[in-house]
Amino acid sequence: MKNYKIIVIGAGPAGLAAALQASKDGIDDILVLERDKYMGGILPQCIHNGFGLEYFDQELTGPEYADKFIKDIDKNNIKVLTETMVLNINQDKIITALNKSNGVLKMKANTIILAMGCRERTRENIQIPGDRPAGILSAGTAQRYTNIEGFIPGKEVIILGSGDIGLIMARRMKLEGANVKAVLEIMPFSSGLVRNKVQCLDDFDIPLKLKHTITRIEGKKRLKRVEISKVDKDFNLVEGTQKWIDCDTLLLSVGLIPENELSKAMNLKLHPVTGGVYVNENRETELKGVYACGNVLHVHDLVDWVSEEAEIAGRSAAEYLNGNQEKRNQPIKITPEKNVTYTVPQKIEYKFKDKKFIKIFLRVEKPMENVKIVFSHNEKSILSYDKKIVMPGEMVTVNLPAALIKNDMEEIKLSIVEKVGEKNGRT
Amino acid sequence: MRIIIIGAGVIGTAIARELSRYETDVVLLEKTADVANGTSKANSGIIHAGYNADFNTLKGKLNVKSNPVFDKLCADLKVPFKRIGSFVVGFNEQDLKELKKKKENGEKNGLNNLEIIGRKQLISQEPNINKNAKYALYAPEAAIISPYELTIAYADNAVINGAQVVLNTEVYDLYFEDGKISGVKTNQGEIKADLVINAAGLYSDKIAGMANDEFKINPRKGEYHLFDKEYGDIVNHILFPMPAKNSKGILVLPTVHGNILIGPNAYDTNDKDELSTTNKGLDEILKGARRLIPEIPEKGIITSFSGLRAALDSGDFHIDFSKNKGGLINIIGIQSPGLSSTPAISEMVVQMVKDYSNSEKYNLKLKKDFKQENPKLPHYYEYEEKEKVDEWQKIVKENEDYGEIICRCEHVSRGEIIDAINSPVPAQTIDGIKRRTRASSGRCQAGFCGPRLLKILSDQLDIDPLQVSKKGSGSQILKARSKQLILEKTKQDKKAGDQ
Ligand SMILES: Cc1cc2nc3c(=O)[nH]c(=O)nc-3n(C[C@H](O)[C@H](O)[C@H](O)COP(=O)(O)OP(=O)(O)OC[C@H]3O[C@@H](n4cnc5c(N)ncnc54)[C@H](O)[C@@H]3O)c2cc1C
Ligand SMILES: Cc1cc2nc3c(=O)[nH]c(=O)nc-3n(C[C@H](O)[C@H](O)[C@H](O)COP(=O)(O)OP(=O)(O)OC[C@H]3O[C@@H](n4cnc5c(N)ncnc54)[C@H](O)[C@@H]3O)c2cc1C
Repeated sequence: MKNYKIIVIGAGPAGLAAALQASKDGIDDILVLERDKYMGGILPQCIHNGFGLEYFDQELTGPEYADKFIKDIDKNNIKVLTETMVLNINQDKIITALNKSNGVLKMKANTIILAMGCRERTRENIQIPGDRPAGILSAGTAQRYTNIEGFIPGKEVIILGSGDIGLIMARRMKLEGANVKAVLEIMPFSSGLVRNKVQCLDDFDIPLKLKHTITRIEGKKRLKRVEISKVDKDFNLVEGTQKWIDCDTLLLSVGLIPENELSKAMNLKLHPVTGGVYVNENRETELKGVYACGNVLHVHDLVDWVSEEAEIAGRSAAEYLNGNQEKRNQPIKITPEKNVTYTVPQKIEYKFKDKKFIKIFLRVEKPMENVKIVFSHNEKSILSYDKKIVMPGEMVTVNLPAALIKNDMEEIKLSIVEKVGEKNGRT
Repeated sequence: MRIIIIGAGVIGTAIARELSRYETDVVLLEKTADVANGTSKANSGIIHAGYNADFNTLKGKLNVKSNPVFDKLCADLKVPFKRIGSFVVGFNEQDLKELKKKKENGEKNGLNNLEIIGRKQLISQEPNINKNAKYALYAPEAAIISPYELTIAYADNAVINGAQVVLNTEVYDLYFEDGKISGVKTNQGEIKADLVINAAGLYSDKIAGMANDEFKINPRKGEYHLFDKEYGDIVNHILFPMPAKNSKGILVLPTVHGNILIGPNAYDTNDKDELSTTNKGLDEILKGARRLIPEIPEKGIITSFSGLRAALDSGDFHIDFSKNKGGLINIIGIQSPGLSSTPAISEMVVQMVKDYSNSEKYNLKLKKDFKQENPKLPHYYEYEEKEKVDEWQKIVKENEDYGEIICRCEHVSRGEIIDAINSPVPAQTIDGIKRRTRASSGRCQAGFCGPRLLKILSDQLDIDPLQVSKKGSGSQILKARSKQLILEKTKQDKKAGDQ
């Protein structure tokens, strides 16, 4: 059985950045496995701009962003097998994959980097009752039809969910000449990036109906109409607000689920909030030598953060292979508190060596303005950052300096609180 | 002699297959774009043991007679089938009495393996069962099957043996000569026939009405929810509660493909095409299922659907010649256990056909070269289940299409999809591929493979991608080519500007 030092699963931005980093750190025996025809993951279908501002300090389209990494992959002679689907991984790091030219491939790896990305939630996940006609599809699938296959899935369109994909597709369908009747959002706020709401809906006069959802689907063969209803703050339907809207297409942008079937095959436990595996600061999973990064670990809104996170995983895999890691006496738990729904990583396990800080990604439960992000140990604040606004749709990143972390610590808590004395009348 | 069968559900296809054993011209007409598009695709998929129905009823007799036949039948036709056994679960002494009655009835029907078990044994067999469950009637003969795969396999075998399956063809009238059938009128024209078999399911009363035979089918809807395979080991057997008035209550059972199915409820409706699901139904089904398995999760549902029971007031099957016209056999009221009874129903109908043809001086002769078996097509998931993935290598070496996975959730390869499109009754829609290969039936519900399946269908069938549909004409997936709408709009705007 062929052995590789690193096998990366998925050639999206996460997999590519991880492989490149490990290669830069001196690992020469890397294989990247990708089920699609091309590298780049979801990016080749994201033909809008808005990528790279953080990472390259330059506004790029999805394909352009991906291209920068793909060129480097080629330059560094990293082996990539496309059209190769990984079907199983076991706890001994034996990988089973399938493709046309090799058939069943069995390989062993010293380290594995999981970078499988995520999939979209479906109508069934959110239980919209009614008929089951054609014309109901996820926004990402519609994006693939439109931007890669060259077809338009609908003319009279309703979009459920104001996440980024929903917003981007509202504009895209409008530009293609479809009538985008409304974007519905069950929450009292849009769950996408603010810039996307402005550039995709406001600039195109597409109405955003907050606190609204779809309660029924009608159409025997093709979608004919949907019933929309208002919801109250507990998401209960407000009687009497039901209204039918004619449409032939319903695009769903109702959330993403990390694609962790392979992680489960390795018996890795999934985090109830992120839907990804548990990791330490190296993005190492509960299985030593197995790393995870990108959307398979937790859903990111900016690809720039994906690349950064993947580099951590790639570098750590290289360190592991080079025997260049030392565990702390005890791991330090990072616990989310007030208005923090999750953090990645969930613990700190290794000594820092030359690392100056660790980067922590987190998400908030509800929007807040003028806040402090507070790290505390034993109920005492050890560090805080000010922030003007936090929103569930925008991931927050904060650095925790190595100097603040003491050997005897067991737990660091993260919370978001209002800045006292600086309220400006709003809550 | 030409025999026309109306309706390609499990009943019509089973009869077509049985008749294709004989030297005769068998034509199966179906109004939708595929076989197994009616009730036969949306039911519990149980091959009942036969303790429920009274042996004096037709359905009781036919069910009991059919049950033992399925092992060989499914092996021949390559249909997924598992004899996993069932429990009817009781909670108190009153229930125990009912269970004993059922057992007695079953024994009258000739079932000798029925057993009433206590709490301990039940929990050892079903560790997740409600802790208050006290007794259960165990029927080892009860089995699960994929009902639409059985229907498709019957149809495929019929075609292999010379029958014709004609899709997208709706019978809207029968015509007669001298009081005897002489053909059917369809949206595709008239077709002559010497004998017509009405197996039109929910619409069998309407077809019978064309010969002035009066029947009234009262459709009764049952909704279902199917769970992700992740929860597949929550139950091991078919679990029934104590029966409700109109149905056997909300069941929990594994499917042959390793998912969990819960349902059905029971609501009368007067719309024979009303197959929507409701929030109320979901709540009711979850509640019912949790009486058996309290830990049924809410979030694992990957699809929901409903089926319509084609019930007659009598509650029994009606299988007989028309009272008014010669050469018409009516099969009406085939509700549960219709699926479980197909072998005996088709045997009975073939006997009727033979009797009729003898009386009409047609001599039905058995074919010498009847092919009992369907070819075994390779499915990757079966190799995975049996942990024989290495052996898939041989198959890819022969044809590289089996090396490209198209459905990421169910692990279905391009080769399997092409097989489905080239099968005796070819898959021509996305749903047709789904039922034959499982592609798009998993947790992402075509999110990933949808565009890929569409492309394969349009390539293989040599049709425009815009024509590819979910379930036949009117359910096309795509609306236009890129730029088409915008160009049309510009043209219109320009015209408006010119005026
Ligand atoms: C519609 C849309 C709009 C977006 N807009 C923006 C934006 O404006 N700006 C921005 O910064 N970010 C945006 N993003 C987010 C960004 O695209 C993602 O964060 C990023 O692509 C995630 O990278 P990834 O590598 O983790 O996952 P992916 O890009 O999903 O890549 C995962 C790869 O793994 C492969 N894979 C999965 N399983 C297997 C397997 N079993 N075997 C082999 N290969 C496998 C997949 O084929 C895929 O290529 C957008 C995303 C979408 C969907
Ligand atoms: C909720 C529910 C649960 C059930 N569970 C079970 C179970 O677990 N076990 C069991 O044994 N049985 C079960 N049954 C019963 C079983 O599903 C049916 O008995 C069986 O599917 C009936 O098959 P059919 O061929 O008669 O009908 P159908 O499958 O409905 O086929 C009839 C066909 O006729 C076609 N057709 C109608 N009119 C015309 C026309 N004019 N021209 C051409 N074609 C026409 C229709 O399109 C359809 O394809 C259940 C039924 C329901 C509703």
